[in-house]
Amino acid sequence: MGSTGITSGLMSAREAGLVACQRCGQVHAKGVPYCKRCDGPLQSRDTESLQKVWAWLIAGMIAYVPANLYPMLLTNTLVEHSESTIIGGVVDLIHHGSWGIAIIVFVASVMIPIGKFLAVIYLAVSVKNKSGANQHERHVAYELVEFIGRWSMIDVFVVAILSALVQLDTIATINPGIAAVSFALSVIFTMLAAQSFDSRLIWDADRMQDD
Amino acid sequence: MSHQLPPLDDLVACHQCDTLHVAQTLPAHTRAYCKRCGAVMMTSQPAAMARIISLALTAFIMMIAAISFPFLTLDAQGLHNATSVLDAVLAFNEGLAIPLAVAVAFFIIVIPLIRLGALIYALGPLVRDQPPRSGAKRAFGLAERLRPWSMAEIFIVGVTVALIKVAGLAAVTIGPAFWAFAGVVIITVLKDQMICRYSIWEALE
Repeated sequence: MGSTGITSGLMSAREAGLVACQRCGQVHAKGVPYCKRCDGPLQSRDTESLQKVWAWLIAGMIAYVPANLYPMLLTNTLVEHSESTIIGGVVDLIHHGSWGIAIIVFVASVMIPIGKFLAVIYLAVSVKNKSGANQHERHVAYELVEFIGRWSMIDVFVVAILSALVQLDTIATINPGIAAVSFALSVIFTMLAAQSFDSRLIWDADRMQDD
Repeated sequence: MSHQLPPLDDLVACHQCDTLHVAQTLPAHTRAYCKRCGAVMMTSQPAAMARIISLALTAFIMMIAAISFPFLTLDAQGLHNATSVLDAVLAFNEGLAIPLAVAVAFFIIVIPLIRLGALIYALGPLVRDQPPRSGAKRAFGLAERLRPWSMAEIFIVGVTVALIKVAGLAAVTIGPAFWAFAGVVIITVLKDQMICRYSIWEALE
């Protein structure tokens, strides 16, 4: 591991009566409003964090419903007109034998969003209950949600590319369905939910509360 | 508190769990992790600034190429359709989908360009040993805040998925813009790996 030294045991800036800048790490005395190094706003803990997390999360979950019910892609060929939903698209890919791509789309559009909803609920509930258990696991869950959440956008981009590319007048055209919009909204809302979560709260449970 | 704390400027707090550490100079090519949660706190790369700037400039130029050249071309039964990155954005050009066109334009073109531009603006003078420009802090803060919303790499994976979906239907030719865009993605990843927020903020001070 690296070479940052530690002060007596492991102490948070909050326990030491200080407030740290989340952007640059600079430590300040309590009550300083703006970071002297990077000018960022200072806040020991985001007290409204959970409220914002729940609001964005619920918005994201609501938007995910029409994303699954309405068609993502509208395909017109000489002989047929078809509409496919997210799951329908995955089933089509399996019928064509493209297992690898079916798995990528399924993971990005179904497993990641639902896994993300569950992970954020778990994080928010455990912080609310001031749980001191599984801090490392929860921190990993938080980092995964932050890192992986954006990748759900794949399906929206696939729809964009297919719709732009397959415009062959009479033979075949592909156009985006309305589900693409609600799916994108769902991804954006859950990204905002994850960003609103103050990860420092995970580590506070077993620390001295000095206020 | 009974603990004797070192001067505040010697301390650095983990941005993810708030744990205090004493800042030290790192040996070259090493990283420092938070003792508690394991988050990366500092990285030490010799001449990191110069490399970041040159990678950002390269990515910026390649991004312009990626927007201008043909991206993909589709041929089927005598019909032909060339697509640029902008066409992919404009795919959502009807009714309720228009805001999505704007969002996609931001995710894959505008935000990556803003991030690169802001980095070049903020770090440029530092490489030439000049004092930071006014607004350099705000520019670097913006580049960092926009990081999760820059989705060029996700777009490239999406393109690959789309290519495989279409492969059976028609012949797809990959244009120069595709390679330029892929280049932007790789360079951006390399560049973001090199950014040590702690030392850049320190240098901008």
